[in-house]
Amino acid sequence: MITEENINVGIKEEEFILNMGPQHPSTHGVLRLVCSIKGEIVKNIEPHCGYIHRGIEKMTEKLTYPQIVHLTDRLDYLSALINNEAYCLCVEKALEIEVSDRIKYIRTIMSELTRIASHQLWWCSFGMDLGGLTCFFYGLRDREKILDIFEETCGSRLIISYNTPGGLMADIHPNFQKKVKEFIKYFRKTLPEYDQLLTGNVIMQERCKGVGYISKEDAISYGVTGPSGRGSCFSCDVRKKEPYSAYKFVNFNEVLRCEGDTFARYMVRMDEMRESMNIIEQLIDNIPEGPYAEKMKGVIKLPEGEYYQRVEAARGEFGVYIVSKGEKNPYRVKFRSPNFSNLSALNTMAKNQKIADLIAIGGSLDYVIPDIDR
Amino acid sequence: MGLIKYISGIFKGVWSLLQGMAVTSSYFVRPWTIVTQQYPENRKGNKRGRSKKKLEMFERFRGELVMPHSENNEHKCSACGICEMNCPNGTIEVISKMEVNEEGKKKRALDKYVYHLGMCTFCGLCVKACPSGAICFSQNFEHAVFNRAKLNKILNNEGSKLLKGVE
Repeated sequence: MITEENINVGIKEEEFILNMGPQHPSTHGVLRLVCSIKGEIVKNIEPHCGYIHRGIEKMTEKLTYPQIVHLTDRLDYLSALINNEAYCLCVEKALEIEVSDRIKYIRTIMSELTRIASHQLWWCSFGMDLGGLTCFFYGLRDREKILDIFEETCGSRLIISYNTPGGLMADIHPNFQKKVKEFIKYFRKTLPEYDQLLTGNVIMQERCKGVGYISKEDAISYGVTGPSGRGSCFSCDVRKKEPYSAYKFVNFNEVLRCEGDTFARYMVRMDEMRESMNIIEQLIDNIPEGPYAEKMKGVIKLPEGEYYQRVEAARGEFGVYIVSKGEKNPYRVKFRSPNFSNLSALNTMAKNQKIADLIAIGGSLDYVIPDIDR
Repeated sequence: MGLIKYISGIFKGVWSLLQGMAVTSSYFVRPWTIVTQQYPENRKGNKRGRSKKKLEMFERFRGELVMPHSENNEHKCSACGICEMNCPNGTIEVISKMEVNEEGKKKRALDKYVYHLGMCTFCGLCVKACPSGAICFSQNFEHAVFNRAKLNKILNNEGSKLLKGVE
């Protein structure tokens, strides 16, 4: 006999396995999340990586040191210039070369522009994940201005390869300073619009506040760095802790929030865009004279040993580890990518939340899949 | 208290939505803030519709590799192969031949400069490494072709020679 209890027995107890991705718009690439859900509640998440694995670390072993630069672009393509810089700093550290102040200043300005561009794109896609399509157009409209600056000076828009070991590919374009100042002036006016459009929005606030909590202890033990880590009070800004390039010449605040939820991570990124603009404003008028590239040998050979350099990429701490045997190719290169560690905390964040919140949490982590898989 | 909070919450929510709509509608009545370019139409810069601005790429833009030739069909490539060595993924093949010059000496000269556009990552190492400035990037970015074989290009013109004075 069919009673109400009989019908519901199987449905209530079972956990249902749902594949999110590899072709899901909210995963921003080919990431497969195997979710065990009970009703609408997420019980467990298993991320499956490897859909865009290209073996970049292995490829580097066959290439010479200047050639590897163009592969670092293709890890986290949204912070391509920062990855370039990390690799070049590591090679320069090994060769014990001190680059001129001009190079340091330009690299820092470029990194901060990249960070703003990356956060703008994150803002677009985060808004779109939560159903606000307008954000996508406004964010991309402003990002276009930064990409134009890159295109004029570096020659490309997304995967730039502007840094080389020992300097830069080309000097800055004569229009560079003027255009950057114009952009800062423009973006200072536009950023409050972002707040007006999305930050204050009641739907966005309801979906973000108190969702995807991660404690400071968990963030540290999972190695969640960057804006995601700083949203849980984990002070991990490499620019402050171990200043590289021109960061020791500038004053800026490390943005910290202690709520640990999706909204905190959102606000950290919004405030970081303002901090980045402050950094650029301090540097842009004071670019010292000097060579844009140091004289390097035709064939670069690193002395035998192990070298590590870390920088603050747009999504967290990016590290480059090079083992050299004294030849023109590296023996082993390892990239410590921020997204891989950030992704490992997804299960802790999304456990016992609704499946729709998983989209918001994923959006606030801002993962870039080629960086996870390499 | 709960009821007041509930009702004020509704009003605050509606107010926040109106704030967002104020932004979008302010753009709706400001047509001069439109940034969209009418792409295929603006290549020639015709003045139909809004596409008044001609599409021009920046001078340093890395579109595709070209080898500039002078009016007398002369190039600057001495077939040294440094670009080929610097290329990370085998995009460039320099095929050389031996030539006898006026003084009777044997000298290496360029036969074919093969460029596989399909493999190029536009990193710019070849142009940076070239000692005589024989190659550069053009601003052409429309690379789509119907046949993959068309992506393998020969950059030097038919019957071209080395410019005098370039070693």
